[in-house]
Amino acid sequence: MNFLAYGVAGWICLVGFYGAIVSKNLIHLALCLTVIQSSTYILLLSIGYEKHGGAPIFKGVKLGTTAVDPVVQSLTLTDIVISVTVIALILALALDAHKKAGTIDPDQLADFHG
Amino acid sequence: MTRRRIRGAVALPALGVLGAVLFWGLSGLPPFGNYHGIYGFLINHRALPQRHTTNAVTATVFDYRGFDTMGEEFILFAAVTGVVLLLRKTGEEGEDEPPEEEVRSDALRLFGMFAVAGGALVALWLIAYGLVTPGGGFQGGVALASAFALLFLAAGYGPWARRAKDAALDPLESLGASGYVIIGLAALISGLPFLTNLLGPGKPGTLWSGGSLSFINWAVAMEVAAANVILYKDFLEQYIAPLARGRG
Repeated sequence: MNFLAYGVAGWICLVGFYGAIVSKNLIHLALCLTVIQSSTYILLLSIGYEKHGGAPIFKGVKLGTTAVDPVVQSLTLTDIVISVTVIALILALALDAHKKAGTIDPDQLADFHG
Repeated sequence: MTRRRIRGAVALPALGVLGAVLFWGLSGLPPFGNYHGIYGFLINHRALPQRHTTNAVTATVFDYRGFDTMGEEFILFAAVTGVVLLLRKTGEEGEDEPPEEEVRSDALRLFGMFAVAGGALVALWLIAYGLVTPGGGFQGGVALASAFALLFLAAGYGPWARRAKDAALDPLESLGASGYVIIGLAALISGLPFLTNLLGPGKPGTLWSGGSLSFINWAVAMEVAAANVILYKDFLEQYIAPLARGRG
C-alpha cells in the first residue's frame, strides 16, 4: 500500500508512452500525451500527501494543523491549465496537417511532401 | 509488417527498461504519506502570518513562486497565439457566412440560461476568493470560459459568434498577460525587487487579503478565461465552416 500511488503513476506513464509510440492518429497521439502528463500529476500529488493531512487552506482551520504539501499542488494546478492550451496547439497542428495532406496518420504523413 | 507493428516491437523492450528504472527510482521515495518536505511545511506555517492568505496553494502560485508562474502564463499565451496563427482563415477558404440558426427548444434555452449564469457566478466566486478558500485565477478562469462556452450549446452558433469577438477577447487576453508583468515592474520602479507585494498584506480571510496578489490573481483569471474562449472560438469556427458550406 505504501507505494501503490507511485506505482499507478509509473504505470500510467508507461501505458501513455506505448500508446504514443504505436499511435496511428494524431488526435490519439495528443490524448496519449495527456495520459503521460496525468501520471506526473498523480506522482506529484501523492508525494505531497501527508498522513492525516487536510487541504493546505487555513480558513477556519487552526494554523499549524497537519496539511498536505502546497508546493506540489501549485505545480499541478498550473500544469493542468497549461496542458489544455498546449494540447489545443497540437490539435490545431493536426487539423492543419489534415488540411494539407488529407490524413492524420503519422506514417502516411511521413511520406507526404508538400 | 507495418511500420506501426515494428515500432511497437522495438518499443516494448525499451519501455521495459524505462519501466524498470522508473519503478526502481520510485521505490526509493519516502513511503506514501511520509514525505515531510520542508518547503511545503514552511509555506503552510508562514503564508498566513506573512502574506495574510489563508489558501497556501494560491500564495505559492502567485507569491513564493510567482516568477515561475509568470513564465507559465506566457507558455499559455504562446500556445494560444500558435493556435490562432494555425487556424486563421486562409485566402482559399474564404469568408463563410456563419449559420444563423438558433436553438429553438425553450427547455434547453431556459436550462442553458441558468447553466451559463450559474457557471459564471461560481467562476467569479472561485476567482474572487482564490486567496481565501479553494480556487484562484487559473481554476476560476477556466470555469468562466466554460460558462461562456455553454452559450454555444444553449443558444446556438449565431448568438455565440456575435459575443465571442476578437476585438473584445484579444485586448482582454493581452491585458491579463501584461497585467502580471506590470504588477511586477511596478515594484521594480519603486526600487523594490520584482513582484514585491506593494499593496500590503491586507486582512486575512477577506476579499482584501494578499494585497498585490489579488490583482495578479485577477490578471491571470482574465488571461486564462480569454485565452480559453479564443480557443473555443477558433475550433468552433473550424467545426462550423464545413457545415455552412455544405448547406450553401
